[in-house]
Amino acid sequence: MTKTPTTKDGFLSLSRRGMLQGAGALGGAALMGSLGLGSARAAPKKGGTMRLAMGHGSTSDSYDPATWDQAFVQVFATARNGYLTEIAADGSLIGEVAESWDVSPDAKVWTFKLRKGVTFHSGKAVTAEDVIASLNHHRGEDTKSAAKPIVAAIKEMRSDGDDTVVITLDAGNSDFPFILSDYHLAILPSAGGKIDTKSGDGCGAYVVQSYEPGVRASMTRNPNYWKSDRAHFDGVEMLTVIDPAARQNALVTGEVDVIDRVDTNTAHLLKRAPGIKILATTGTQHYTFAMDTRVAPFKDNNVRMALKYAIDRQELVDKVLNGYGEIGNDHPISRSNRYHAADLEQHVYDPDKAKHYLKQAGLDSLEVSLSAADAAYSGAVDAAVLYAERAAKAGITINVVREPNDGYWSNVWMKKPWSAVYWGGRPTEDWMFTTAYASGVAWNDTFWENERFNKLLVEARSELDDAKRRAMYEEMQGLVANDGGAVIPMFASYVMAHNDKIMTPETVGPQWTLDGFRAIERWWFA
Amino acid sequence: MVARRLGLGVLTLFVISLLIFGAVELLPGDLAQEILGQSATEETVAAFRRELGLDLPAYQRYLTWLGGVVQGDFGTSLANGRPIADLIGVRLGNTLFLALYAAVIAVPLALVLGILAALYRNSLFDRAINVVTLTSISFPEFFVAYILIVYLSQTGFFPSIARIDPDAGLGEKLYRTFLPALTLTLVVTAHMMRMTRAAIINLLASPYIEMARLKGLSPARVILKHALPNALAPIINVVALNLAYLITGVVVVEVVFVYPGLGQLMVDSVSKRDITVVQAAALIFACAYVLLNLLADVLSTLSNPRLVHKR
Repeated sequence: MTKTPTTKDGFLSLSRRGMLQGAGALGGAALMGSLGLGSARAAPKKGGTMRLAMGHGSTSDSYDPATWDQAFVQVFATARNGYLTEIAADGSLIGEVAESWDVSPDAKVWTFKLRKGVTFHSGKAVTAEDVIASLNHHRGEDTKSAAKPIVAAIKEMRSDGDDTVVITLDAGNSDFPFILSDYHLAILPSAGGKIDTKSGDGCGAYVVQSYEPGVRASMTRNPNYWKSDRAHFDGVEMLTVIDPAARQNALVTGEVDVIDRVDTNTAHLLKRAPGIKILATTGTQHYTFAMDTRVAPFKDNNVRMALKYAIDRQELVDKVLNGYGEIGNDHPISRSNRYHAADLEQHVYDPDKAKHYLKQAGLDSLEVSLSAADAAYSGAVDAAVLYAERAAKAGITINVVREPNDGYWSNVWMKKPWSAVYWGGRPTEDWMFTTAYASGVAWNDTFWENERFNKLLVEARSELDDAKRRAMYEEMQGLVANDGGAVIPMFASYVMAHNDKIMTPETVGPQWTLDGFRAIERWWFA
Repeated sequence: MVARRLGLGVLTLFVISLLIFGAVELLPGDLAQEILGQSATEETVAAFRRELGLDLPAYQRYLTWLGGVVQGDFGTSLANGRPIADLIGVRLGNTLFLALYAAVIAVPLALVLGILAALYRNSLFDRAINVVTLTSISFPEFFVAYILIVYLSQTGFFPSIARIDPDAGLGEKLYRTFLPALTLTLVVTAHMMRMTRAAIINLLASPYIEMARLKGLSPARVILKHALPNALAPIINVVALNLAYLITGVVVVEVVFVYPGLGQLMVDSVSKRDITVVQAAALIFACAYVLLNLLADVLSTLSNPRLVHKR
């Protein structure tokens, strides 16, 4: 169901390495599609109508950025809208509507210079007023926006002429421009301080021709688009095809060119079809089992550690993800993040160690309930059952409770003491930690309070020295892994497929599905 | 009689709207929670509810909705603010198109096969027809659909997804929606065919059929001229029932062939608790049943001279 804001792969060298390692773990084949053809690639050329079938999309979708929650609206929004910043495929941050930015030494006051000559599809120029209105849509008492927490740190915004926006934060945050690339924060045309959430106008690469929510959207290239090396397709047609088999059929029979959410159970069959390529990218999307650290028995860190050593991560990656993913180390920072702690000891399946921790907790055996449903992520129930099998060897009885998919996020997650959770991940360490691990934040789903962690979080946020930040973030990852309340067994890949007419750039953004949501403006026809 | 039945129909619709409203209220969560999902916080859910008036008591929301409907205004979708009339209009058109398409193939096919089966009953032909139609009705719809896709779509004859352009020509539309129509045909034919066969065979034991045979009439004439008119009432009823099913129950076929009909709209709306859309769709479905049943009753009355010419 609902996805959470952005993910990012680290900087260039890291992301390449991350993908190669992922490919190695996988036995190679699947991920190579995104890498292998690099040198033989011709320059992108213009033309053609790309047809894209997606596994999301509902009749209740709308143009209102406050409610965007799944891949169809996210990819659609990114195709027609501009954002202040963009995370490039290699994980670096580049300007989009904002041409450049400056920051005060305490990382509190950010000044964004808007790119000149950027216009909405209606012809109206993009002004500082539009930018402020677009961000304000997610702030304040009456907003219903899912992005409210991520812009909560903005204290004040003002324009300085038509092309400068000055944003003052509560406290220093040196990663703030990353946040502005979040898919909710599209720059929309405004009037009287309110943005237009009805017309679908935007300043992005494609202009909407027709949109039937939950069915299809068709777009044509924006003739005035300012990026010269993007937007190669003349037109794009996006279809909602919920049924995985129908999606694969559509690709195989040539009805569409690209599909997302390939069912990994049948990916090996799809790969055999002539002219079809599988594309898998691993970023920060991860699956967790979140414990409520306020209640017994999870209150005791020895119990938490016992549970972390009682799970066979590689088995979950192999059986639940069918190899399309990487093992996790009980913290949410992926190998592709900038400050990933590579030297942290990897938690492995070790029943003896788990028993040891149980003894430390003064227990001989342990019986706990784990709530799961496929609404958390597809395969969550299977993962929980596998977990229970393995944990039994360590004297831990896990009763898997299959919860209804309906209402999972409102009635089970953060309500039951231990539940399966999906996280899309975040592009920066600070963003991820602040969203779900900081003391008292709305989505701290483990209700974890760690003084040292919270102190480091604030310090690292405004620290501009790279080496110091790295040290702090590495220590924080250690704290989450060895004290936190989430068992994080795996990072899941985004698995897509396309026919051989479609060309992809050498580096495909792993931050989100479909090249960081930007396949439409980054890919082209051979 | 028709006027009274229509009046009862309106009453039925009213009761249904109450039931649906109550049922959606009973489901856990509301629109704000479902739309915001994992990203919901208490404040944003509260703001969302305020914006849509979901914080009002249930009876008040129902009465407001009812007030609008009585004046012919179904309101707007709570989820995206689109007028229900726009939202449902296109979908309803698609659903009716597919239902009609399937019916045009299925009804004559079922009747002819049923009559032939009655005519040659217990022959190899009869057995074969029964086996084929009963097999196709016994499989789940999606399975029939996948089989058709494997044999008719992956071989390149027909498209696997019924993606119809709003401004495509009729020929194009018929071609693109052939597979879903064929699936539905396979699903509904058996029921109507078996009923036709049974109704006719049932009559074949009657004395007046015996008489007709003794007169030396051909079997075909006996069945078409003497048995069929008297078997019409049950056949009309089962046809009406299947037509209603074609309008209301094809969500699985819509999903497999990605056909934008009312079923998918209804499922989406229920899962998001978009009550205004659910109500409108439910009323349309209920109307289909009420009207088709009424039509069936009128037609079966007309087919029976004893009821038409009451003494």
